[in-house]
Amino acid sequence: MSSTTAQALPSRSWVTDKIFLGLPFAEYLKSLATPGNFVAGLIMAVGIPVIIYRFAFGLGAATNLSQTNPWGIWIGFDMLAGVALAAGGYTLATAVYIFGLKEYHPIVRPAILTGFLGYLFAVLGLTADLGRPWNLPVPLFISWGGPSVMFEIAWCVVLYLTVLGLEFLPPVFEWLGWKKAYALATQATIGLTVIGVMLSTLHQSSLGGLFLMAPTKLHPLWYSPFIPAYFFISSIAAGLSMVIVESGLSHRAFQSRLDHHVNLDKLVIGLARGASIVLFAYFFLKVQGVADSGRWALLATGYGYWFLVEVLGFILLPSLVFAYAARRANASLIRWTAAWTVLGIIINRLNVSVIALNWNSPDRYVPSWMEVMVSLTLVTLGITAFRWIVNRMPVLNEHELSGTRES
Amino acid sequence: MKKLNRRMFLKVAGAAGALAAVPAATARAASGEVEPAINSARRGVLVDTTKCVGCRACEAACTETNHQPEPLHLDDPAVFKTVRTTDTRHYTIVNAANTGTALGASAAPARFIKRQCMHCVEPACASACLVRALDKTPTGPVVYHKDRCLGCRYCMVACPFGVPKYEYDSPTPFVQKCTFCADRQARGEAPACTSVCPSGALTFGMRDELLETARERLYAKGSKYVRHIFGEHEVGGTSWMYITDIPFEKLGLPTDLGTYAYSSLTQASLAAVPFVLTLWPPLLMGMYTFSKRRDQVAAQEAAAKETSHE
Repeated sequence: MSSTTAQALPSRSWVTDKIFLGLPFAEYLKSLATPGNFVAGLIMAVGIPVIIYRFAFGLGAATNLSQTNPWGIWIGFDMLAGVALAAGGYTLATAVYIFGLKEYHPIVRPAILTGFLGYLFAVLGLTADLGRPWNLPVPLFISWGGPSVMFEIAWCVVLYLTVLGLEFLPPVFEWLGWKKAYALATQATIGLTVIGVMLSTLHQSSLGGLFLMAPTKLHPLWYSPFIPAYFFISSIAAGLSMVIVESGLSHRAFQSRLDHHVNLDKLVIGLARGASIVLFAYFFLKVQGVADSGRWALLATGYGYWFLVEVLGFILLPSLVFAYAARRANASLIRWTAAWTVLGIIINRLNVSVIALNWNSPDRYVPSWMEVMVSLTLVTLGITAFRWIVNRMPVLNEHELSGTRES
Repeated sequence: MKKLNRRMFLKVAGAAGALAAVPAATARAASGEVEPAINSARRGVLVDTTKCVGCRACEAACTETNHQPEPLHLDDPAVFKTVRTTDTRHYTIVNAANTGTALGASAAPARFIKRQCMHCVEPACASACLVRALDKTPTGPVVYHKDRCLGCRYCMVACPFGVPKYEYDSPTPFVQKCTFCADRQARGEAPACTSVCPSGALTFGMRDELLETARERLYAKGSKYVRHIFGEHEVGGTSWMYITDIPFEKLGLPTDLGTYAYSSLTQASLAAVPFVLTLWPPLLMGMYTFSKRRDQVAAQEAAAKETSHE
């Protein structure tokens, strides 16, 4: 797309305009000295050396993984929770572009950006967890393990990351002022959305499907032939909740970049209705999983109580509170409930992959401080990238170029 | 507008169809692996725990043939006081049965169990592996192609016997497990462990014939064997099979495994893939067309209302 030229203002260079927010370099540096950036910098100052340490000395040196517990929080949190919470991209794109719920259009772009960054950092986190990440091209181009659920996930995640990247191109081209490229990119919206839904259906569910192979290792209350369905349905609730949380935070943090004629509270109420219904369906399916296996008696054990905390405290209860808050049009209660749901999804993913896995083994896993640090660093990098992009590209606000509707 | 929709629909549907063909083709290739003709050529080992004397010659032979450090305390019976597991540098170990109960406290004769990879007929590790680094060979051994391995450790999660072990200490780690001496077998030799066993506890041979041998011993007159061949049906069958005269759980073998192959656990989930790829696009495009039409009608009605008011 070199045919189109950047629209640099005569008085300022392109770099100043696009990268330094129109400020002289010294002033731009000064503008970075905020408490938020300080905390982020501190986390990265510790986390990035830890990542280097892990690659230099191996997984054994950096993690508490063992022969009995080969998966830790880098899989449970970075990958499983990360991908579930990045589901807002396909959820919102489907609502707006497929179902034609155009009123949600102002929050599609941040949802897609959240999705893109979520997947990007989940994949980057995965490279830290993989023993031989330089072999990542093997499942794609060299040796295909067709009957493996992991193979399906590898392909879907790589393709979907690409799709999310393409879906986010319109604001990037707007930012660069490339009109022809922008027009071309918006034409692909419907096709990309459909492919995104296909890929998301497959890998969101397959991330749960991984654990079908562990019938003697995963606690019977969590093990169910429905795990793929649990993971898929909960990813929708996770995506909706993340969009609610993220839009609320953005609303506070990026006041100057907002479309002030958009009534965000009204949108959030609609999302809460959806989340409430999805969570209730998820709750119902969870109950059916226990009923199917006839494992009611296990509910009266330690793991059973923890299961009840998850299912009642983090699925049923948020579902009811969402419904109540939507009915009362209480947007702030909705935002808190969304954060609560996000926490519930993280707990669920950790339960399946870490806490209730190898529950009957004497060798239990607790993450090392370095594992926690790497996860924290990935989240920080994700938030920093989100802020960097939102401060430059038309994500929260619609640019003049997008005056023509995308469809 | 309508024309554009249809063209877009076809484009998306076409792309989906092409995608759907990929997993279907690979799934066919994979299921072709287990053929009856190959089954009859499959080798295995029958472990008769009533004959094992706990000499651990198999352990020594294993480390020797694999160029690994010699097992510790080879002549020291004290090693049987704990339950050991295989590790990245010891592919097989011998444990004493009933470890945990005081040694010599029971009147029953000492029983030992050799542990190693079971070389399942339909291995969970191989069906979990996304790059076929772990692969079932037609003659029996489950082998590891280390150059393909990504190090995702899904094989370790999937294996019901906890066999694959990981080189956590290395920055360039591999999975390690018993190879069933696939290289020796290819040369027409028996696995190292079975070739040195002095007591006749390990019998290497065709799996079918070993099952016959096992049944003969189990059902012989005055037999004290438990009438079960561990590995005949467990997880769809294993190449290494055990018979004993004490309860199997006392040997430390997992008894909660079921008789289905683990690859069947994910079959339903994987079978859904072509359906998602072929049914989602028309469904979603249909909804898109529907919502588009709804908006058009609404816009027309609004325009008509406006003109009638004027």
